[in-house]
Amino acid sequence: MRHWVRTIWNTRGLARWILLAGLVLVVAFVVMAVLAPWIAPYDFNQTRVDGDKLPKLAHPSGEHWLGTNDQFFDIWSRVVWGARTALEVIVLSVLFSILIGVPLGLVSGFIGGWADRALVFVMDSLYALPSLLLAIVFSFLLRDALGGGIVAAALSLTCIYIPQYFRVVRNTTVSVKQSVYVEAARAIGAPPTTIMRKYLFGNVVQSVPVIGTLNAADALSTLAALGFLGFGIQPTEASEWGYDLSRALDDAQAGTWWPALFPGLAIILLITGLTLVGEGLNETLNPSLRRRRLVPVRMPAMGPSDHYGALPTPGRGPGGRP
Amino acid sequence: MSSSSGGSLARYIAVRLLLVIPMIWVLLTIVFVLLRVAPGDPVSAAVGGKLSEDALDTRRHALGIDRPLIVQYLDYLGDVVRLDFGHTISDNRPILDVIRDQGGATMTLTIGAFLFAILIGVPLGRVAGRYRDTATDAGIRIFGVVSYAAPIFWVGIMLVLVVVKLFPGWPTYDIASVQTKFLVEPKTHVLLLDTILAGDGEAVKDVLQHHVLPCFTLGLLLSGVIIRLVRVNVIQALQGDYIEAARARGIPERQVVRRHAFRNALVPVITVIGLQVALTLSGAILTERTFNWPGLGTELVQYVTARDYVAVQGLVTFFALVVVIVSLLVDILNALVDPRVRY
Repeated sequence: MRHWVRTIWNTRGLARWILLAGLVLVVAFVVMAVLAPWIAPYDFNQTRVDGDKLPKLAHPSGEHWLGTNDQFFDIWSRVVWGARTALEVIVLSVLFSILIGVPLGLVSGFIGGWADRALVFVMDSLYALPSLLLAIVFSFLLRDALGGGIVAAALSLTCIYIPQYFRVVRNTTVSVKQSVYVEAARAIGAPPTTIMRKYLFGNVVQSVPVIGTLNAADALSTLAALGFLGFGIQPTEASEWGYDLSRALDDAQAGTWWPALFPGLAIILLITGLTLVGEGLNETLNPSLRRRRLVPVRMPAMGPSDHYGALPTPGRGPGGRP
Repeated sequence: MSSSSGGSLARYIAVRLLLVIPMIWVLLTIVFVLLRVAPGDPVSAAVGGKLSEDALDTRRHALGIDRPLIVQYLDYLGDVVRLDFGHTISDNRPILDVIRDQGGATMTLTIGAFLFAILIGVPLGRVAGRYRDTATDAGIRIFGVVSYAAPIFWVGIMLVLVVVKLFPGWPTYDIASVQTKFLVEPKTHVLLLDTILAGDGEAVKDVLQHHVLPCFTLGLLLSGVIIRLVRVNVIQALQGDYIEAARARGIPERQVVRRHAFRNALVPVITVIGLQVALTLSGAILTERTFNWPGLGTELVQYVTARDYVAVQGLVTFFALVVVIVSLLVDILNALVDPRVRY
């Protein structure tokens, strides 16, 4: 972990800026999600203040910054609460799919044989299907068992992403399994669980953070799509941007722009943030992409100190560097 | 050369066809396991509460879902082989009819979308690759990223808002005006073809106008993929030795890009366009909902809302078949175009 932080810190050039821009966006949404009760002027399903109904489809104004929608909701409050919903679902679904996909891929790749082949075939077939279609089917099935809440939505997304982790982890396992140090471990009598845990795991999870962040971006767009189709989180459970957009459809036909514009912008900004973090991580953590970026980093270290003293970064350096 | 390469092409296609069968089988099994073996009772989900317990049992018996699972499974496989996807529970319609009646709208939507995607994506990708790492390149790449990050339904809504404001009267939802739908006699179940067959110029114009906005929306989504691909391919092609050779022979840079690099860069585009069928289907479902488009996506959404297991199973089966068959066709097409694929 510490090693990663330092690698990222030492990277220069575009990759660093991509990563920083993405982090700023994501952190902004995390702050919004955590502080939602204090930031949002109204509750996510609040339509009345002191017994008076909020206005319907009110223009953005000082009172309602982003206006109100056709359900008498304050749109700014919906956007803020929506950040909480989105992040909860994203974190849960990515966590679930890593927890299932990584061990499955590791064991399958390590053991090999017909079970591995069969699993690969099933995962590849699942991967071939449109992810939205799978998500619709899973939410359809989970509706009866779990209702239309955050956990149900997260689980329907989980099922889409398991094949990706499975594939990557399984393929790395298969190639790493052949290496000399694993053979050496086997020769000194290490049992399979030890080999998997101590020798393979660390090598195999390298690419998981990158896939994780990119999947998070994808999970958000799928969540919004499910909500837009009416199969996501039910409006009584939480505020969800995709559902709000589906409510905005008819208003848009009538030329009313504010119920549609703002939830959509929130989706785009968070997806862009997550994608940038993913791309940035990929370019900083992936050695084959990183090498080029690292060359200019070595130069300042060897150069005269006064020339580089003007750089803004060293001020914060000591915290990160031993 | 001709005999050996012809032989290997035939063998390639044969192998590819053989591989499709287990693929379809696995997909069908997955669909069956998900929708039949998973807990949940199709009949009470769809019409529960409206009928007595006895009537529900009769329905269950009529659907055959009171039989052992293995019998149902074999029955399902047999039906799919005969292209029989069953009857919907909620409105007792043959699912093949649903596909026939509504498939045309989805088909014209996706074809139109691909046309827009190519019209937008290929030139932009080419320019971005040609002028790599310039401001133009950066701008086009950002467009590509945003077109991927923006939810397609939101883009659709924004386009509707713009059109409603700037071109009042331009159709922003549905596939045709009520008049056209009423007047044109359905023959092929593809509305655009029906209007052309009817020789009704006004109706053709009406249907085409209705197509513009949804096709453009879906096309924008697909163009992002094409831009990225054409850009990378042009960059790679421009680094090839034969490009160096062409330059060395004194061929002007414009011609080098157009005749030598660009053409070779287009070959993989065919493949990738074909492999986007999953993205296209997802996009089509959302676009149809956005524009109230009477296609298969809208039907699927309605049957999911009605909790109609059989209809969902039938439509998902059909989508799965489409995905497999399109990727098969793309592979074959690719083998025809690029001899290296056949090895």
